[in-house]
Amino acid sequence: MSQTIELTAPFDRATAERLRAGDLVRLSGVIWTGRDAAHKRLVARLDAGEALPVDLRDQVIYFVGPCPAPPGRPIGSAGPTTSGRMDAYSPRLIAECGLRGMIGKGDRSPAVVEAMRRYGAVYFAATGGAGALIAGSIVKCELVAFPELGPEAMYRLEVRDFPLVVAIDAAGNSLYVRR
Amino acid sequence: MRTIAFDTVVETIARLCGEAACDLPADVLEKLEESARRETGALAADFFRQYLDNAAIARRERLPLCQDTGFAVYFIECGEAVRLDRGGWIDAVNAGTALGYERGYLRKSIVADPLFERKNTRDNTPAVVHFTPVPGDRVRIVLAPKGGGSENMSALKMLKPSDGRAGVVDFVVSSVTAAGGSPCPPTIVGVGIGGTMEKAVELAKRALLRRVGMPHPDERYAELEREILEKINASGVGPQGLGGAITALAVHIENFPCHLASLPVAVNLNCHAARHAEVIL
Repeated sequence: MSQTIELTAPFDRATAERLRAGDLVRLSGVIWTGRDAAHKRLVARLDAGEALPVDLRDQVIYFVGPCPAPPGRPIGSAGPTTSGRMDAYSPRLIAECGLRGMIGKGDRSPAVVEAMRRYGAVYFAATGGAGALIAGSIVKCELVAFPELGPEAMYRLEVRDFPLVVAIDAAGNSLYVRR
Repeated sequence: MRTIAFDTVVETIARLCGEAACDLPADVLEKLEESARRETGALAADFFRQYLDNAAIARRERLPLCQDTGFAVYFIECGEAVRLDRGGWIDAVNAGTALGYERGYLRKSIVADPLFERKNTRDNTPAVVHFTPVPGDRVRIVLAPKGGGSENMSALKMLKPSDGRAGVVDFVVSSVTAAGGSPCPPTIVGVGIGGTMEKAVELAKRALLRRVGMPHPDERYAELEREILEKINASGVGPQGLGGAITALAVHIENFPCHLASLPVAVNLNCHAARHAEVIL
């Protein structure tokens, strides 16, 4: 745990490559949500040669399926889901779309880490099971695509000081215990 | 016979859904506070602070502790001298679940077909109901909403009787450490030993309902619980899988007689947001 960094999304490759595994980050700016059902649709569009609902270059995707927003709030509880379920899709979004960052919980596959190294992307861990706390960092939430997926739809989030840790950096260094 | 109104059950279940989602039980909170004092790593200690802050925010602002408000799993012990004024128990439980998840702004996480369409049922039903008739005229309802992240790390193995105690330790420890950060450690580890395949699995889930850290009444099993816990924590997986001294808060074993040819062992994990709520009607 070397430093705490104020970071704004989206950000470029050089910024991603300055982050080190173990850095604490407070992330502000605009990020996009997506879980496995949304990722499956994104990759299907790539296969079909169609445009994605969002240009993902230099963008950050947060693996989350939030609770419905209670009255007067932008969003309900909104902690990370297990990232491993996106491992099948993330390398293509990184390689073909320029995805720069991902936020989730748990380790990633070697194929994801290799794509991160090659294209300069970073993986942040948000605190799993702290959805009420994290909701306080989300100031705005708008539906972007796939409304039929309900909580698994794709949303645009505006965040302020979202507490994260760099779990795997763009050089492939990782905080996860290797077994 | 004692008659309970169908609508009373619906309303009670709906209230339980909201409470379970937002109020971390006192025993879990105490265990987290105690663990926060023992955790030495700076990053791991910070996670414990976040868990405690999260629990306080959830309770105060009526926000779910976790966005995964889970599969609604009920354990109902129903007095044989009780009847409903109309309808059936399963219908009442499902109606209460749908009402509670809608009214509480809880996430609906159930898809109708597991393999093909995977279309959301939009009301978090059906619930999973374990219904046991018991003597008397009371009804005890326990709701344990179960998140997908921890449930996905469940494991079952039909050991050989010759694998014995060491085989049980190896299987449980390796299952929990292989799960890494995915089930949101520190977890509560439910272990079912004995019975048939499905009985072992049910025991593992029931073990999660025990007061956190309460040892098994049989000292041999209590010692096994301590040994497994120590080995899991020696793995260094830590909170969120990012390293630390505390990977599990407790190991709870439930046992049951089994076939002379078998030694079934099941592992079911609960994340640190170990939710459950209970009511007696």
